[in-house]
Amino acid sequence: MSDRIADPWGSRTPYGPPAVVERLAASLPGRLKDVLPGDLGRRSPWPVRVDTFLQEGIGEQDVDAWVQAASIMHSNGDAMDIAVKDGRIVGVRGRAGDRVNHGRLDPKDLYGWQANNSPDRLTRPLIRGCGGELVETDWDTAMNLIVAKSKELLDGPGGWGHFGFHTSGQLFLEEYYTLGVIGKAGIGTPHMDGNTRLCTATAAAALKASFGTDGQPGSYTDVDHCDAIALWGHNVAETQTVLWARMLDRRRGPRPPAMLAVDPRETPVAREADVHLAIRSGTNMALMNALIHVLIDKGWYDERYVRAHTLGFGELQRTVAECTPEWAAQICDVPVRLIEQAAELLGSCDRLLSTVLQGFYQSNQATAAACQVNNIHLLRGMLGRPGAGLYQMNGQPTAQNTREAGANGDLPGMRNWDNPEHIRRLAELWNVDPSVIPHWAPPTHAMQVFRYAEQGSIKLLWVSATNPAVSLPDLARIRRILAGDELFLVVQDLFLTETARFADVVLPAATWGEKQGTFTSVDRTVHLADKAVEPPGEARPDLDIFLDYARRMDFRDKDGAPLIKWHDPESAFEAWKACSAGRPCDYTGITYEKLRGESGVQWPCTPGAPRGTERLYTGGRFNTDPGYCETYGHDLLTGAEYSEEQYRAKEPGGRAFLQAAPYQPSPEVPGQEYPLLLTTGRTVYHFHTRTKTGRAPQLNDAAPEPWVELSPGDASAMGVSEGDTVRVESPRGALEARARVCGTRPGVVFVPFHYGYWDRDDSGPGDGTARAANELTITSWDPVSKQPLYKVAAVRVSKVAGADGALSAAPTVGAAAPHDPRVPRTAGGPAAEASEAFERPGDGGPGVQERSGLRRDPGDRERFTPRDRVPRRTEEE
Amino acid sequence: MHLAHYLGLLHRSQIELAGALREIGEHHRDEPDVHHVCERLAAQCDDHAGRLEPFVRRYSEEAPQEPERLHSTLFSGTRSGGLGLLRDLHDLYLMAAECDISWTLIGQAAQGARDTGLLEVVSRCESETATQMTWLSTRMKQAAPQALVVAS
Repeated sequence: MSDRIADPWGSRTPYGPPAVVERLAASLPGRLKDVLPGDLGRRSPWPVRVDTFLQEGIGEQDVDAWVQAASIMHSNGDAMDIAVKDGRIVGVRGRAGDRVNHGRLDPKDLYGWQANNSPDRLTRPLIRGCGGELVETDWDTAMNLIVAKSKELLDGPGGWGHFGFHTSGQLFLEEYYTLGVIGKAGIGTPHMDGNTRLCTATAAAALKASFGTDGQPGSYTDVDHCDAIALWGHNVAETQTVLWARMLDRRRGPRPPAMLAVDPRETPVAREADVHLAIRSGTNMALMNALIHVLIDKGWYDERYVRAHTLGFGELQRTVAECTPEWAAQICDVPVRLIEQAAELLGSCDRLLSTVLQGFYQSNQATAAACQVNNIHLLRGMLGRPGAGLYQMNGQPTAQNTREAGANGDLPGMRNWDNPEHIRRLAELWNVDPSVIPHWAPPTHAMQVFRYAEQGSIKLLWVSATNPAVSLPDLARIRRILAGDELFLVVQDLFLTETARFADVVLPAATWGEKQGTFTSVDRTVHLADKAVEPPGEARPDLDIFLDYARRMDFRDKDGAPLIKWHDPESAFEAWKACSAGRPCDYTGITYEKLRGESGVQWPCTPGAPRGTERLYTGGRFNTDPGYCETYGHDLLTGAEYSEEQYRAKEPGGRAFLQAAPYQPSPEVPGQEYPLLLTTGRTVYHFHTRTKTGRAPQLNDAAPEPWVELSPGDASAMGVSEGDTVRVESPRGALEARARVCGTRPGVVFVPFHYGYWDRDDSGPGDGTARAANELTITSWDPVSKQPLYKVAAVRVSKVAGADGALSAAPTVGAAAPHDPRVPRTAGGPAAEASEAFERPGDGGPGVQERSGLRRDPGDRERFTPRDRVPRRTEEE
Repeated sequence: MHLAHYLGLLHRSQIELAGALREIGEHHRDEPDVHHVCERLAAQCDDHAGRLEPFVRRYSEEAPQEPERLHSTLFSGTRSGGLGLLRDLHDLYLMAAECDISWTLIGQAAQGARDTGLLEVVSRCESETATQMTWLSTRMKQAAPQALVVAS
């Protein structure tokens, strides 16, 4: 048994890269792979380890049914089966045959399902009573209220502009697509976005800017093949634990990949890496330009690839000409030597895998910096072959799908709002007039939606499956907007969140395990999640809620038929397939039946490529043709949009763009009054605003309260030690929490962003002490991706009270690992014991997928306690 | 030679544009993108003015007296609200357009004067001015439907 609170990553199963013949086979196009014997070219040598956690007193033999699903507690897309007994969820087990996780699960999956069974789930709709309090009602009353308000607002010119939709990264593809059609063709509003703006907008923007459309080039199997891994602002150990387990297994096996980490904090990734650049927050672009300067200066780039497959080398070269490592070392405040070592690591490897996340996406010059990672891969010809991979990572589990299906700031099927032909195609598909579909400008981004609500022109805001009252920057302002008298707020959620407390109508939703649908991981693997149990009370699947709204609104196409022509998840999926046809995210070869096989399937999957597509851009041809691309591009410094004519003049012809921009300082830098830099982020035990993880006892107990991470030097200068209560203030607000003195870089303060006020039964701090990180953050965003800057607020810290023997609630696992060795180790104890089952050596051969089609019995696996862990490689080796 | 007068015109226009960007950016602080981008563009305009200065000085030595009504005022204060923002950005666009065409004309004149130094300054700065106009147009196009059709 394994305590997965104490060890979130579980036992090591070290492995080495596949043999050369496997790599050659893996680099063949799918059609050729299909004729190879024994799944050659599709196998992964990563050993299977099946993680299981069941409710106390329940054994595998007691389970009535195992129902297929995948994770919505993080963005890795780990496949699992839900254990059901007597109509209740009683546990989960990783799916051994799935290409993403080979049986492993994240602690948030192992324990997080318990939130489904929470006694405080919403079970009936709520509306405002006469006294202004929320009272229970029936669905008809609640929906009729929303519909009456909607019809009143739609009446008259510009009625569409009174509607805003703010959705999530946790719904299913079918739900996003339905919501997208309701908004874009039913109401005709561009004001549709969501929480994914906070987590994944930069990934999408950078992919579009470099490669022409959204869509991740890489595959998770690139971890198997690579000889170097670069992690750009990505604490993967805490955000996607299973992907980190795969990387660690490579690092402990033969011929391990080199590792580079860029992060101001001493995360588990930073501790593992061969080179760690703890740069000053907000200076990513200076570092990236210096790294590219060295690659070009030393000739460490693939001149032939650059000439044949890219545009913009000259401008990039000019832009970085003066950006020496010495120059960047001053700005980033790291030793020149480390920048040079990093450049050498990047310039000398043969198969580079990069992964990028919030350290870039939520920081200064987000899109520009993320594009530089793309540039490194383009310069070195490191795309489209095994091991040469790139993940512009998603922050949330189904973020990929809202981008594909167009419930956020994108158009369905990765279409270009500025291309009339793309709009015509959507209009044809939905049988509406093209003028109904808003395309005079890009869809309105989330922060602008809230600004319109603040100014009163958006009068109905519909929030589904997310919690902006905790997740958006500058919460005092957001609470003011949500509480506005003129705003009719609809909130659709599982619980009475901070946001729901402001609502005029609250709709109780079903969640994962209680409804059916598909979603897609960062490496384009599509999974099906089936319904395992009934939702509590009158709670309904989000899809049913949207369909019901469309029916009551009586949205029609131009022939008078209902606009929405589907009625359940599978028919919605079929409708989506038609929309995806011919676009990069082509789902036309996928069916629910196919997804019920052993493993998820990677898009594009068409009748011609029925087993999906492992890597994009294998031939160095990109999606940049003017008629196909998703954007005509932006100026990276201002976000100014280029026109179709300007784009065509570049004659991209399937080549990728090397995007260049000079470094510019953050809009907010430390000064005398606020001398420190605040960075916020996720930690391993929690997701989003803790609505689920805060209700799973093992996860909550591991980190029940927020904390403030300080470097030892800063702490001692302020006279602060472990457990003291400190006050963190920014020009926007303040919070108080206990200090954790740990390995963050001097001058940087970290506060986890998960904590709000629902567990104090409130929507905000009220008269009590504030504790949400976003009380402090600045309202500002990247000019291209419009992703808010959560990582660069100027703050000051002061001591409020001594610890008096108390410790901070910070875990000892992850980046918060304390400087003080006396802090007791975080552990979950007997309540957190999960099992790990391993394939017997030799029973599965080198791969898992080789056994595809076989249903495995749990008894097929051998239980064992991990033997001696393989010792960690030291720097001397 | 009248080049000095046009250099002076552009120099003054750049300084006025910088001032207007700052004033409008500050006034519309509640639109953070406008606030931050305006601040950055103002610094860009200051830089343009600084690069023009030595040429203004040099050519003014050989210039006749400045003609009347060479300069016109394009900005006379900020407005508020969604419509006000649109109109303020509209002012900035016209001021940037004034600079844009001046760069073009000074570029022409620099060729006539065989002044490669001035040509270099023009080619460096005129594309930044063009991007400023593109940004202003992008931002206005996004704001116009909500400000003109939706907001009451």
